[in-house]
Amino acid sequence: MAINEDAILKSELRWAIVVGGIVAVILIAILYAALAMHINPPSNREYVDPKTLHLSAEFTEANLGTRVDPNGQVVARLIATQFEFVPNCIVLPARTPVTMRITSPDVIHGLLVSGTNVNTMVIPGYVAQVHTTFTKTGDLLMPCHEFCGLGHSQMMATVRVVPPAAFHPGPGGRIACGNRG
Amino acid sequence: MATAARPATTAAPRETDLAGLQTSRLVQSHIWIAIAAFAVACLLGVWQMWARSPIQAPYHTAANYFRSVTLHGVSMAFVLTTFFIMGFGYYVAETALKRPLPGIGFAWVAFWMGIAGTLMAALSVISGNASVLFTFYPPLTATPWFYVGLVLVVVASWIWCILMIIAMRSWRRANDGRPVPLAMFATTANAVMWLWTTVGVAAELLFQVIPAAFGWNQTVDVGLSRTLFSWTLHAIVYFWLFPSYSAFYTMFPRAAGGRLYSDTMGRLAFILFLLYSLPVGLHHLFMDPEHSNGFKFLQMFLTALVSVPTLLTVFTITASAEIAGRMRGGKGLFGWIGALPWERPMVLATGLAFVMLFWGGGGGLINMSYGMNAMIHNTSWVTAHFHLIFGGTVVIMYQAICYSIWPSLTGRDFPSLKPLLVQLWLWFIGMMVMTLPWHWLGLEGQWRRVAAFDYSNPIIHGWGPWVIVSLVGGIILALSAFLFLYNLASLHWRGVLGAPAEIEYARAVHEPERVPSSLNGFGLWNIIVALLMLLAYGWPIAQFFVYPPPQAMVHRLG
Repeated sequence: MAINEDAILKSELRWAIVVGGIVAVILIAILYAALAMHINPPSNREYVDPKTLHLSAEFTEANLGTRVDPNGQVVARLIATQFEFVPNCIVLPARTPVTMRITSPDVIHGLLVSGTNVNTMVIPGYVAQVHTTFTKTGDLLMPCHEFCGLGHSQMMATVRVVPPAAFHPGPGGRIACGNRG
Repeated sequence: MATAARPATTAAPRETDLAGLQTSRLVQSHIWIAIAAFAVACLLGVWQMWARSPIQAPYHTAANYFRSVTLHGVSMAFVLTTFFIMGFGYYVAETALKRPLPGIGFAWVAFWMGIAGTLMAALSVISGNASVLFTFYPPLTATPWFYVGLVLVVVASWIWCILMIIAMRSWRRANDGRPVPLAMFATTANAVMWLWTTVGVAAELLFQVIPAAFGWNQTVDVGLSRTLFSWTLHAIVYFWLFPSYSAFYTMFPRAAGGRLYSDTMGRLAFILFLLYSLPVGLHHLFMDPEHSNGFKFLQMFLTALVSVPTLLTVFTITASAEIAGRMRGGKGLFGWIGALPWERPMVLATGLAFVMLFWGGGGGLINMSYGMNAMIHNTSWVTAHFHLIFGGTVVIMYQAICYSIWPSLTGRDFPSLKPLLVQLWLWFIGMMVMTLPWHWLGLEGQWRRVAAFDYSNPIIHGWGPWVIVSLVGGIILALSAFLFLYNLASLHWRGVLGAPAEIEYARAVHEPERVPSSLNGFGLWNIIVALLMLLAYGWPIAQFFVYPPPQAMVHRLG
């Protein structure tokens, strides 16, 4: 085993090159995923005043839930508040690009949708926005995943993903979970 | 270094030995406080896993759960670590520099300040007025005394930082600029890094959270508070890790019966930790809406570089182990591994720490992978990751360090090393049994920070058995924690008198006569840290002042 000073330095340098290679491969993979596959974090940077949400055009109660815009874009709008999501059930079509827009009138919340890569923090002052395409149908869990107070554990909603053929928006492009909502 | 039992010779008991360590009482006081907090936190941790499992737990209410989680986090992350690091730092300053600690009076002032702060914070949590977890989450605010207590602990640690810097500088002056012993170089690197690290959380607490908690402010800029906390949140982990890495470099090679492969690589690794632990905190905020993808990507890139010093360390320490193994007669490509003295706690702990670091570090690479973070953010995967890093690299090495230094602090040797080895093995087994199911559950989507799961839900129902397995791991960890406590405590009355008051640190294969001044101090590196922080955090913080976002109403819990 090489033990003189020069050999030690050389072996460390060789290993440093290997380390550089490992880090480079990881970075290239991430860069490829970001640029070629558009896998980026949700970074919307859009302000909304949490103190006057109920007066805002977009996040008034009547405008919450799923709506198909005239251009065909499916958008679900939600409010995350201590300790529930409003509405607590949303309907979305499978195999269709959908957008979720969420904000908070009070404290920090967060959400994920079980079995998918939908994941975002919900920070008062900002509109969190996630674009996704659901591949499976069924009732998925959407819990609050960030500590928001003593009732945090009860804060849970349902995302009902239905086949595109069963997705029938009503007047104004709106669709809701109905009785189970 | 822990040695096997040594017959009590004619050496006088250390109580009357004036040549004993000057810092002995100081070090023991700090580390016993650390261990007390650790023991409480382990018990709370077990109860928390019980509460989240399908088995009915006593006293299970949401209020108790979040009180417990807050106390667990504060005890582990702030009390155990800060007190241990301070105590071990004083020990290294005296034993590595082989001279009295300058300003020991200030060290005692810092100790009592830390105790006062810890009591304030602990009473705030126990009274139920501070259930905001150790990561705070404004606009939720606790009683102001919770934060004031934690600020006192941080200020105490700042006194420690200054004492470490003074100790290193005065040694260097007295020694004509010779290379600072590696153990002290590591300790001072950590002190310098910690001063940088705490700027973020100190600014958040002093300018945002404490004024809100006292009622002077009714609103808070949440994006800014999260960004300031993220400044601290990654580097604080390296603050905890530094003593472990210091032990890898300066204690393990000697315990293994060999030498450190390269002293220079040690210095380089500690400098890289100083540089790359800080400008990377935005990787905690990948899923946040207040930062652009550009800065998230930049800090992801810098985060990838922080794996470099760890990978260099793994190589250097493995090479040191190979030297030791071959000196002990190990042959062949892997024969040297079996030839290592695994019956010595420091050797065993280092080996087990490397295994856990492999899993914890691998999970960390997934976490930092930018877009991929969405898969696991705020799931049990993350809990598994940082418990493996914290328990598997930080705590197990703290335990091994205690076993190594306690004889020189008490003048007593362990009569048998067996209970020490059993304790380390239990810690390793418990950690793996607890965290492997958490990784799996995290991928399944099990989320963090809830007091209970509704097992009547069919998706959640399937998680139950895995949660119970992790609970078993937690129970094993608690057993190990109490065996650790017993091992150290019993040394005070059952230890074999006659252990020497000094400790020998590992020597390098080629001990440097001179090193470049850049590898013997931190002046240059501080400038580079400042530039990196300006690059990485300049605009992400300035944006809140240039384009002020709407503020959130304060929600007071305490």
